[in-house]
Amino acid sequence: MADALPLGATSPVQTKRPRWSRKVKADNIAGYLFLAPWIIGFLAFIVGPMLASGYLSLTKYSGFGDAKWVGFQNYDKIFQDDLFYTSLYNTTYFAFLGVPAQLLVALLLAVLLNMKVRYVNVFRTVYYIPTVTPAVANVFLWVWIFNFDFGLINSLLRLVGVSPVNWLWDPQIVKPALILMSLWSVGQQMVIFLAALQGVSEELLEAASIDGASNFRRFIRITVPLISPVIFLNLIIGIINLFQTFTVAFIATKGGPINSSLFYVLYIYRKGFESFSMGYASGLAWILFMIILVITAIQFYFAQNWVYYESGEAPS
Amino acid sequence: MVDREEKYIGSISGKLAAYILLAFGALVSLMPLYWLVMTSLRPAGAEFTYPPEWIPSSFHPENYPVAWRRAPFWLFTFNSVLVTFLATLGTLLTASMAAYAFARVPFYGRNVWFGLTLSTMMLPWAVTLIPRFLLFKYMQLFDSLWPLFLPFWFGGGGFYIFLIRQFIMTLPVEMEEAAVVDGASRVRIFFMITMPLTKPAIAAVGVFSFIHHWNDFISPLIYTNREETRTLALGLRYFGDEQFTEFRLIMAVATLMLVPVLVVFFAANKYFVSGVALSGLAGR
Repeated sequence: MADALPLGATSPVQTKRPRWSRKVKADNIAGYLFLAPWIIGFLAFIVGPMLASGYLSLTKYSGFGDAKWVGFQNYDKIFQDDLFYTSLYNTTYFAFLGVPAQLLVALLLAVLLNMKVRYVNVFRTVYYIPTVTPAVANVFLWVWIFNFDFGLINSLLRLVGVSPVNWLWDPQIVKPALILMSLWSVGQQMVIFLAALQGVSEELLEAASIDGASNFRRFIRITVPLISPVIFLNLIIGIINLFQTFTVAFIATKGGPINSSLFYVLYIYRKGFESFSMGYASGLAWILFMIILVITAIQFYFAQNWVYYESGEAPS
Repeated sequence: MVDREEKYIGSISGKLAAYILLAFGALVSLMPLYWLVMTSLRPAGAEFTYPPEWIPSSFHPENYPVAWRRAPFWLFTFNSVLVTFLATLGTLLTASMAAYAFARVPFYGRNVWFGLTLSTMMLPWAVTLIPRFLLFKYMQLFDSLWPLFLPFWFGGGGFYIFLIRQFIMTLPVEMEEAAVVDGASRVRIFFMITMPLTKPAIAAVGVFSFIHHWNDFISPLIYTNREETRTLALGLRYFGDEQFTEFRLIMAVATLMLVPVLVVFFAANKYFVSGVALSGLAGR
């Protein structure tokens, strides 16, 4: 980096203007050429749409004809919209219950897969298979598994004498049911945890054993702090992902029953692409962006208290 | 829980406990897929027998051609293959270009751009959904396959760039430096030296990208409309909507859609796991 900086730098030896050596100049040209596709994409598909979304949220626009400037009217309406609050509640509930559950299951599986036994690689592959299943296939499969009369889960419940549950059609149960379904495909988080577990220093664990620490104690006191950066990473990504849950509610429950699985992005979709209130939907999207930004910032703030970095570096 | 003193767990009871736990997890992982395949092989109407059969009394593989003919699935498959191939190709080329610049070329503002790249990983896609849709509509590309792969020719995504960059950082620079001394250009070095050495990371990104685009549901839902532009993921959904009672047919197509993913996953399993592991370094 340092040799690329001397744009405005003055050195005592320097008398004339040309400070960019041929190499520095060539490097700058090459760097920006290699980066050009990404920069163009960043502007065209991220920055531009972000700004456009902000502008659209201040207009009334059906997707056809001209957008009509309405100021903050959309936001006024959103804050009086019952479905906005319903979808926000559903999404928050889903994310705040779902992410810890997912991380717990993923960590547990990673610990299992980190056991030193033969053929553990085979299990690693098998445990990951649910995660590569296409989302649509996954949703149909689980609609079928959750089926009241003929589904897999209720069949198993009947086998052990428990009365069957109306998983997807009971407003009280549909969100926990969808969380349960999401636990089946936590492979991504699992493999990240596994990689972190394999990086935990064996010397530390051995030293703790010699000092008489139990396995559980070693795990809580040594392993968890050492992998805390990765727990933090999974937490951040998990919250962002679950706040944008869409496909399952769109296909399986259609937001029901009685809007109890109307998640935020599904509501955006309905407003934007079914009611053609693109301005209103853009307002909803910007509010979601702000919410996620604030939650992420809060997590980074509290990370100082529990995330441990060996090198003492801040999270990158 | 993990015994690090020896290479493998020593005691018989320890081994037994480990395998029982592992097997239980495998059972839970595979049970829904067993249910998927078994349902797809049931005779017509037998989805709704009570109590459900764990092992079908008769197998009906003819469900597969029957299901396949219900909608233009060959066309959907062609669309899926085309989109997946073009999007992955673009991702591999442009993401590794950006990654190379970040890892090897000192240029003004590099850290700022890299920070921006990382921050895009945390950007909710829902925020840019509507303007992107309008952008493609304005470009008259709505209801074509273009929106499904074109954006991936522009860097391919922050996560992929990051992953490849991390990998390049671990490579020794000597060979590249020797090439510089020999007067090779950056482009030449990138294609002839760095790219070949980066194969494991590129393979990982390729598999990720393949699975992502093959499975992707939301983009085709937003950007396409006609039957001619439908991908397999979207086709399955319409198929399901129309015949929600014929679960054996839905499960048959879902099984067929899963097959290529599993083939790629098994073939490139090595790269896949190492790829995710590399991404785990993001937190360190």
